[in-house]
This record gives sequence, C-alpha cells and structure tokens, in this order.
Amino acid sequence: MSDGDASDDLTDAEAVDGVSDADAGTGDTADPPENDGQRFDRLPATADERVVPGRPTREELLEWWEQRYGIPPETWDGHTFWEKGNGKLWAFAADVVSPIPVEGLGLRILRARQEHWKPSTNAVQRFGTDATRNVVVLDSEEATRFAKGEDQELPRWDGDWGYVIAAHEIAGDSEASETPRATGEAGDVEPIGVGLYLHGELRSTVPKGRREDLS
Amino acid sequence: MQPLERYASLLADYDAFQAACERPLPSVVRVNTLKASIERARDALDAASVAYEATDWHPGVLRLEERGPGTSWPYFHGWLHGQEEVSALPALALDPQPGEVVWDACAAPGSKTTQIADLMDDEGLLVGNDNNLGRLSALRHNAERLGITNLAVTNQDARNFSFKPFGDRSEDEKRIEAFDRALVDAPCSCEGTIRKNPDALERWSMDHIKGIVGIQKGILRRAIQATRPGGTVVYSTCTFAPEENEAVLDHALEEADCEIREWDAPEGFETDPGVTEWNGEEYDPAVELAHRVYPHRNDTGGFFCAKLEVTA
Repeated sequence: MSDGDASDDLTDAEAVDGVSDADAGTGDTADPPENDGQRFDRLPATADERVVPGRPTREELLEWWEQRYGIPPETWDGHTFWEKGNGKLWAFAADVVSPIPVEGLGLRILRARQEHWKPSTNAVQRFGTDATRNVVVLDSEEATRFAKGEDQELPRWDGDWGYVIAAHEIAGDSEASETPRATGEAGDVEPIGVGLYLHGELRSTVPKGRREDLS
Repeated sequence: MQPLERYASLLADYDAFQAACERPLPSVVRVNTLKASIERARDALDAASVAYEATDWHPGVLRLEERGPGTSWPYFHGWLHGQEEVSALPALALDPQPGEVVWDACAAPGSKTTQIADLMDDEGLLVGNDNNLGRLSALRHNAERLGITNLAVTNQDARNFSFKPFGDRSEDEKRIEAFDRALVDAPCSCEGTIRKNPDALERWSMDHIKGIVGIQKGILRRAIQATRPGGTVVYSTCTFAPEENEAVLDHALEEADCEIREWDAPEGFETDPGVTEWNGEEYDPAVELAHRVYPHRNDTGGFFCAKLEVTA
C-alpha cells in the first residue's frame, strides 16, 4: 500500500480504490462555493442546508455508520462533524464557529467524496465498539498479522466486501465471550482497525505510523 | 553535572539528588481511560505478561519493568500512553472539568494535553497550541491514537495567542473569548530531564536561561489574560532553576491579576516548597505554595509546578 504519510491513514483509500477525489466544481461561470482545505467547515445537517456541492451532510454520515456498521446514530449525539481537505471528515466533541482556521479539530473519522467511504483506524478503535455489522473477528495470529499491516487470505468471511472493522478478543475484556466468533458484533471484542475485504483477502489499512509487531 | 551544583545550597541531601540524577528513568505509561478502564488496561498487561508496578500515588500511572509500551496490544489499542511519571502532575493541578474550555499553551507532543482530555472525559473544548508546526503533527498523532475528540489544535505564538479563529468579537453565539483553565508547561532549560536525556545540560548557560525567562513570562502573562476571572492557570517547567520558576511566578504576581493557590500534591508524592530567596533575590512569599520535585524524592525526573487563580 503506497501510504506516503504515516500519520494520515485516510490517504490509503485513494491507493486502494484508485478513485480520485470527486471534484465538486461544475465549471459553470457562477461557480458554487468549493471546499477550502485551509479551514474546517461544519457539515450541513441535511441536504436542504447544503451550500458546498458534494459536501456530505450530518444526516448522511449518521446513516452511513448505521447502515454499514450498525452503529446507532445516537452514538454521535455529542459530536459535530467537519470537513477540511477534500472529503476528510472530522468528529469534534464541542461546537465552535464555522468556518474555523485551525490545524486540527477532533478526530479524523473518515474519508468521503469517493465511491466507497473509508473510516479511519482511530475512528473504529474509538467508536467501532458499538458496531454490530461488518466486524471481522480475527484470531490471535490473524490479529497480529493485521496489526503489522499485512494482507492475508480470509476465505471464511461471508459478509460484505469493502471496508470492514477488524477486531479481536483481548484479555481484560469486560464481557469477553467464551469462543471467538467468525463474524458478528464488536460488543465483546476490541476493534483493531479497518480492513479492506476483497476476493477472499483481508487487506490491512493500518497506517505505517500505527503498525506494530506484536508477535 | 556542573550546572546542578548550583542547587547544593537548596538541598541538605544534595548527594542523594546528584546520585538520582545519574540513574536512568524507569519507563512509565499512563492509562488512557477514554478507551479502557485502569482495571481493564492492567488486566490486559497482566495477560500479555508485561510486568509493571503502579506508582504509589496514581493507580493509572504504571512503571514498566522492561520493554517500552509500544510492543503490546493495550498500547496498540490506545489504552496506554508513554509519559514521564512526573509530567502527570500539572494536569492534576489544573483539575479540568468536563464541559470546560481549557488551553494548553505549549501542548506538543501532547502527553499533558491528552491527560487533560482524559480528565475532561473528552467533553468540552480543549485548545492545544504549539508554536512549532513540526511538533504539532506529533500532538495530533498522539491525540488521535488515544481517541480524543474534544481537542482543537492551533499553531500560534502563545505569548500573543489570539481568539480570532474562535470568532471573538463577533456576534456568533459559538464564539470563544476566554478560557476556564490554562496550562503553561513552559519551554525551559530542561535540567530536570537529565535522567532521560544525559545531554540535557550540554548547552546549559545562564544566557540561555535569561533568554528563555522572557518567553516564560510572556506566555504566563497571556495565559492569565486569556483566562476568565476565577479561572485557574497552572505554570510548570521541567527545570530546577529558580530564575525560570519562582522568579517567573513572582513577576506574574506583580504584573498580572492572579494569586498563587495552595494545591496538595497527590498523597504519596513528595515535593518541596518553592524557594523565596535565590542568589540575593527575594521572591513573593506566596511562591512557597509552588511544588519543587527533586529526582531523589520519588525516583522521577525533576519538575516545578504551581497553581494560580485569576483574580480579575
């Protein structure tokens, strides 16, 4: 995976998908406002309030987390959502003026403005514990390979293709179940990061700066 | 070790101080309770056969016996953060509450910032500022690894910190024009880091200290101005030099609207009072309420920490 910036796991999506950022501009003479990469803009609540073309809405974001991973919308009740950079979305635990020209605002949670939205490693580690769908539970050896950034054959997965939450059981789990499940919910396992599942293979998207050899 | 001999006059047990300065520091981690309880993190370390010992004064600050924290699952999950033991002190003195607006004036690389976020339960607004753009990426990386979502990162000179990005003097109801609390963990001569970094004193000079004192005073002054009356400002350094510690507080007491408040260090953590006289200078007696941390008292690095209240 050609991840040049180890601190930015959201860039992986481009390398994986080969999808460039959707250009919001239409080329009309009366140009609509475009995303400004130098500042954070709060996402509009709904499509009716959208001003910048192509900008995801809060409603779409909450729906996406629920549809893709079963994360309940109320998980995000305490968070506002922001865009900086094209399609880089951030979750912030407070609300501030918009736009706001700062270097960081909360946690980068996903990359949008491409066909398949890609959640970040840090987002699924923090919020993926509420996921009930598209959670691939790995055994100890698989989990170690995943954390190292390695891709691996995983034919047993019969869920959706695309970006999945890789998780494992870790000692100290408060509600650890007796047996690891091949597929299922993340409630009693701990999310490790984001995998891309394609053609029987689970690709690790753990960014370079987060990879560890835990064997 | 030459510069530290200045402190023989402050310490009856200077030999013990000197001996401690020559020992390496234990590797220490702090549990990030935003992602795992202290109990869960400790259970996971036990299961991974990572040997540790909790510090006498904080159940979530753990001394590791051997390897660094990076090579364990609890660390990978962001349940732990490598942080020098003594540097856990200023965030405790600051005592930030969930929902408040808090400033960390010199935040990178973020050990104290992320501890503040943890103490705020990730609720409210934490502004992590640093004037060094390169170090900000370390701050962001650490904060994101620990799953923190209430941090806004700014890149300003703390001495002239502006609320303009936050909409001050606008009509916007979401504007922010003052902090409830501020931490000034000031750039300093770093004498107290000698156990971690044996080269720490190589570039030590009184001229360097004189230069940095101006910056320290400037940042503390701005923090006091930017904090609401009744709010808290904590001043800390990792150095022993009274010029950078008590003298800076003395200056703030004289020039700014603030008073030093008593703050008890955690039970089991031994500190010495601030000094009121140094090299023929006399300081405001209130500086005694500050805490000096010498390496031989708790087997940590050296530190200085004081809690102030903004009075107007």
